Amino acid sequence: MQTIDITLTVNDQQQTLPVKSNDTLLEVIRDYLDLTGSKEGCGEGVCGSCTVLLDGHPVRACLTLALEADGCAVTTVEGLADEDTLSPLQQSFIDHGAVQCGFCTPGMLISAKALLDENPSPDRQKLRQALSGNICRCTGYAKIVDAVAHAARPESGCPDCHTKDSGGDHD
Amino acid sequence: MLPQFSYVRPDTLQDTVRHLKEKNAAIHAGGTDLIGCLRDGIMQVDKIVSLNALSDLHGIRETADGGLVIGALTTITEVAENLLVKQKYPGLSQGSSEVASPQLRNQGTIGGNLCQKPRCWYYRGEFHCLRKGGNTCYALDGEHQFHAIFGHDLICVITHPSDTAPPLAALSAQLKISGPEGSRTVPVENFYLLPVEDLETETVLKPGEVITHIVLPAPAKNLRSSYRKVRARRSWDFALAGLALALEIENDTVTRGRVYLSGAAPVPWRSRPVEEAITGRKLDAATIQKAALAVVEDANPLPENTYKMDLFKGVVEEELNAIR
Repeated sequence: MQTIDITLTVNDQQQTLPVKSNDTLLEVIRDYLDLTGSKEGCGEGVCGSCTVLLDGHPVRACLTLALEADGCAVTTVEGLADEDTLSPLQQSFIDHGAVQCGFCTPGMLISAKALLDENPSPDRQKLRQALSGNICRCTGYAKIVDAVAHAARPESGCPDCHTKDSGGDHD
Repeated sequence: MLPQFSYVRPDTLQDTVRHLKEKNAAIHAGGTDLIGCLRDGIMQVDKIVSLNALSDLHGIRETADGGLVIGALTTITEVAENLLVKQKYPGLSQGSSEVASPQLRNQGTIGGNLCQKPRCWYYRGEFHCLRKGGNTCYALDGEHQFHAIFGHDLICVITHPSDTAPPLAALSAQLKISGPEGSRTVPVENFYLLPVEDLETETVLKPGEVITHIVLPAPAKNLRSSYRKVRARRSWDFALAGLALALEIENDTVTRGRVYLSGAAPVPWRSRPVEEAITGRKLDAATIQKAALAVVEDANPLPENTYKMDLFKGVVEEELNAIR
């Protein structure tokens, strides 16, 4: 099948890629670029495990045609860490036990990053709303919300969080 | 893996319409419904015509008379967060905020939201139902707890999935449509087709036609609007029962009222019985009680969705109390 060249800036690296008209952005990210952090869960836009940032906004990569992303900037979970140093948000997920099977985690992290980029100190309702398009079948969400809340306000401690081993002042 | 199709992204409306006239061509706006439909194999698409190079179709602007024109490609997030929409038409802002999830609101467009295909699980599944050219509505005798209680005529019992169409219809919005024969304007309230009118399509759009803009008339001085959506999951779901109100209220009396239901019928469903129960009256407890009973007056529920009767009564009661 014929391919068309598109330009994508993925995690700050600009690339030109030949794609087929029926390739999704998720397929390009995972299969062409080998960035396998973003997951395909439902494949129909419900679960959120394929969430990436497209020009700064969280979207479903499984429902995005690669051709529609031509010229856009894409951030995947691989773009959050600085080399081998995890971002504070990622570290907070680990510290708060917010990862169990891990399948939803890349999408959760991307949705959380989008929120914190726009609103560095969201209240818990805003936070839950921002994560409402990401389904987790393991954690019951409480630890994920704790992790993002802590990443948003590490200096103030997090009275609601249930772990004692992260950098904050836990009660 | 998606089926194969060709892809074009024309930069004029004229070229867009020319491509759309071809057999099995489909419009791509936000893509969130289209890609799901292609994945589920519920329609044959040979060519995708992307609208995204049509810059005139993006954005929201105020008209000289104080109304708004919303480009069909404006995302649901933009509509939900736009300050003019919030000020003038809270019902539309609320409806937009209730659509799907944050990610889908960032991708999905207001034009696309109005043109969604049905969400019936038989339609989306491997069932050759009436809407796909078959001769059976599987939901009628099957699982239909989320299906219609109005307007189905026991033919096809889908509910229309849009959360923006009911407030737009209540607010008397009009759709600007371009097509092979030129352009035309259709009020949202006349845009949808009941199963008894047509089973092949849900709207009056003809092959080659595309919604370009949504026009909202200037809000009357005493206009109050709202949208309420009840769903099985708070985070992300389609409406079980929804209510869009656009009421003009003077000295506590409803002088004009338009009331639309979602999750109720194959189209956004105008509830004339509720309108009649409240127009010319003060929204006191007795009127609200009458309106709550009136909302299900013409209902024809199915064995598994009679619960929607109480749901609609409750929603009407709560929302009329909230808006008065």
